[in-house]
Amino acid sequence: MNRNNIDDKRFSRRDFLKTLGLAGIASAGISSCLDNGKKNVVPASGEEPSKDSMTYRVTPNTGDKVSLLGFGMMRLPTLEKGEGQKGDAEIDQEAVNQLVDYALEHGVNYFDTSPAYCKGFSERSTGIALARHPRDKYFIATKLSNFAPATWERENSIAMYRNSLKELQTDYIDYMLLHAIGMGNGMEEFENRYINNGILDFLLEERKAGRIRNLGFSYHGDVSVFDYLLSRNDEYKWDFVQIQLNYLDWKYAKDINPRNTDAEYLYNELHKRGIPAVIMEPLLGGRLSNVPDPIVARLKQREPELSVASWAFRFAGSFPGVLTVLSGMNRMEHLQDNIGSFAPLSPLSEEDFNFLQKTATLMMKFDTIPCNDCKYCMPCPYGIDIPAILLHYNKCINEGNVSENSQDPDYRKARRAFLVGYDRSVPKLRQASHCIGCNQCSPHCPQGIHIPEELHRIDNYVEQLKREA
Amino acid sequence: MLRKIRITLAVLFFMAVTALFLDFTGTIHSVLGWTAKLQFLPALLSLNVGIVIALVLLTLLAGRVYCSVICPLGVMQDFISHISGMRKKKRFRFSYSREIKWLRYGILALFVVAVVAGIGSFVALLAPYSSYGRIVSNLLAPIYGWGNNLLAWLAERAGSYAFYEKEVWIKSIPTFAIAAVSFIVIAILAWRGGRTYCNTVCPVGTVLGLLSRYSVLRPVIDTGRCKDCSLCARSCKSSCIDYKNHSIDYSRCVACMDCLYNCSHGAISMRCRLNKSAAQPDSVCHEPSETGSVDSGRRGFLSVSAMVAASSIIKAEEKKVDGGLAVIEDKKAPVRANPIVPAGAGGLRNFAQHCTACQLCVSVCPNNVLRPSTDLTRLMQPEMSYETGYCRPECTRCSDVCPAGAIRPVSTEEKSSIRIGHAVWVKKNCIPLSDGVECGNCARHCPSGAIQMVPSDAADPESLKIPVVNTERCIGCGACENLCPARPFSAIYVEGHSSHSIM
Repeated sequence: MNRNNIDDKRFSRRDFLKTLGLAGIASAGISSCLDNGKKNVVPASGEEPSKDSMTYRVTPNTGDKVSLLGFGMMRLPTLEKGEGQKGDAEIDQEAVNQLVDYALEHGVNYFDTSPAYCKGFSERSTGIALARHPRDKYFIATKLSNFAPATWERENSIAMYRNSLKELQTDYIDYMLLHAIGMGNGMEEFENRYINNGILDFLLEERKAGRIRNLGFSYHGDVSVFDYLLSRNDEYKWDFVQIQLNYLDWKYAKDINPRNTDAEYLYNELHKRGIPAVIMEPLLGGRLSNVPDPIVARLKQREPELSVASWAFRFAGSFPGVLTVLSGMNRMEHLQDNIGSFAPLSPLSEEDFNFLQKTATLMMKFDTIPCNDCKYCMPCPYGIDIPAILLHYNKCINEGNVSENSQDPDYRKARRAFLVGYDRSVPKLRQASHCIGCNQCSPHCPQGIHIPEELHRIDNYVEQLKREA
Repeated sequence: MLRKIRITLAVLFFMAVTALFLDFTGTIHSVLGWTAKLQFLPALLSLNVGIVIALVLLTLLAGRVYCSVICPLGVMQDFISHISGMRKKKRFRFSYSREIKWLRYGILALFVVAVVAGIGSFVALLAPYSSYGRIVSNLLAPIYGWGNNLLAWLAERAGSYAFYEKEVWIKSIPTFAIAAVSFIVIAILAWRGGRTYCNTVCPVGTVLGLLSRYSVLRPVIDTGRCKDCSLCARSCKSSCIDYKNHSIDYSRCVACMDCLYNCSHGAISMRCRLNKSAAQPDSVCHEPSETGSVDSGRRGFLSVSAMVAASSIIKAEEKKVDGGLAVIEDKKAPVRANPIVPAGAGGLRNFAQHCTACQLCVSVCPNNVLRPSTDLTRLMQPEMSYETGYCRPECTRCSDVCPAGAIRPVSTEEKSSIRIGHAVWVKKNCIPLSDGVECGNCARHCPSGAIQMVPSDAADPESLKIPVVNTERCIGCGACENLCPARPFSAIYVEGHSSHSIM
């Protein structure tokens, strides 16, 4: 594909320089945690993780002892509704309770939710699961998710905040965030959401009153909003900031999408101000555990007993300025594997860090679409299952089943895998051929994917495969 | 020996033709497609002179071997009759009956009139190969499809791509009902009377019967050896052996050779007509036979009425999805002034004259485009509609398989330039005008570039764009209609052409 070729050339040329530059920064950032007993390697699966060896970080302002693994409540386990249609499935509260119990038992004490998650049911579910435990055993993080213009009204935003307290069955929030500043049209939207209606002042008051123990914000999109809020740090005194950080976004976020910002910049901006960073998307919605086969081989070759995902978690956790690394874990195996990565953390060595940066460079050559399956784009008014299409495409790329050239020896096999798998993953009526390009989805995408463009590209590819029968 | 050869060949032919109707992957046709082209009526309608002459010569040589070996409906009846004969004391359940001439020739005459007048539905109702095709594609193919889907389900869980899911749906309720009724009627007739259908109703059987009267090779009863035991007559599924007069009605004999094998006195053998040693009259005016004679026509009629009343039709449940996903309404077919028939058909008249409504093309259409018509004059003959799919540019399967010359073979290149219809825009349904969003899905998917997007307001080049169709370039494939987001009625639909043209 064209994109691939362009990337290919650009990165092979820059590869060397980048790697060199990285080594310097990495050693500066990581040296502090290198003495932590190197190669305390955790097996990828099988063994019960330890209950009392979780790595903790302490917040400067409140002295909270926060587990380095945080539990993200955006993708919760759902009850199977048959037909593989997970779009409208109900949350499996039983499973949520079980996961939360297990997490608490193993030292995880940070739970991150939002009024917007899981079609609005995440907070309630989180509240139900947590209320079964003493309130001082865990920290709750939630957000003021006033994205819809109707909620910009001061009363509506405050109502949303009060409702969060109610749903979470608590009278104080440990960590409160302005949600995804920088989305939409950047500064203007930010001002509409938090400044013009006085909501930021309201939240600062709530912090003073103790009903919000830590106040911060999460960032996606326009970096000028991020810069602006940090420039006013003396006034706002941010207790923490949530950013997207992983070994792919460290240097390549801007290459993946010009609207995004490299994690290296974001982290360093926070670190030099002494603001703890909460990490989201350490695994890119699973894209850093479900990687192309050659990358799996590369990672496994270095640490055969470690899971692919553990590299991403260790990468995020190795930065000393990181407070907690959020992961959405809807299966017990994920939870166990992640606890293994953080109980205790075995930080990356300098060589490991360089190795991961080279891995990221290699991964950039694969033409996967940066969709993390957050479903913010859904529902599509014309019934398209956008994330399912993008994930199927990524899956085929990772498995080497996207082939442009009908002369390839494996072309027939790849073609069949792509087309048969496509019909299995996405019902015909919800496939990319039905995308009309109205572009109502793209503004909601935190990764800034131009969704119709990608869907039309995939549709063209499918058309090409079908015609070469 | 002869009988064993007959049975072996019959089973092979039967399985081959059945497989043609079941296989939706299109792989079997390249190997076995000729078994459909060998069928008498399709060969006749496609003016396939070679095959027709070969079949005529075969019949003149050895009698109605066609009915016993090549015709899948005949073999199906033998199969049912065989099972019926396995019941206690039922093996020798037949008896000689007189030929019901008025019925046979009456139906043949009507049939010929229908063929000439182009009343396709009547032709399709009686033609044996069409009946069989209808039965398999309506009654057996869904079971085959479900079986396949079970395998696909297992394969999906095993991470294999060996099987893929196939939609199973009733393409036309009247055709399904007719298939079910004809199966039940024919099965009952075969269960009780063997080849009753072939010798009273089937027009192909009647035509071949006219020829087989004069066949060179035929079974003959040796009066010297015959002990008048009636074993041959009681085991003759064609009820054509008059053992008392030692005569055989060769117009009804389907050359199954059962009598040769059943006669314990060796009195029946195949004889060459040119050899004059056996002095037997070719055809005899028969005595009316005793007990078992049955008015099959009347009985058949009664069964039909009974079955129509009894047959309940099960509606195929379409998969409904809901979720954090918007509900998608099913598409409805627009009212088309002209039906659409596939490229290769030439036009409606040619198509109607040749099509025997065997459903082979409907069975193989991978895009769910072809379905039997419900229009009375073209009942069961296939037509195209684009609610669940469209006529994809890489596919020529219907033209590859058609045995009757109703859809002549076309290459994908030829197909891409044959206009079978043209797209018509329906302003009131068009999404840019009704929803105020950008669309252009029709133009994006038009394989012949016949659709352009132009500003809806000529004065404002920035206004939302609407499609315009260059009917000269439109081939009527239906991609636009199928992929149009407007539901249930598309904002662009295809109107058929009564005579196809080349771009």
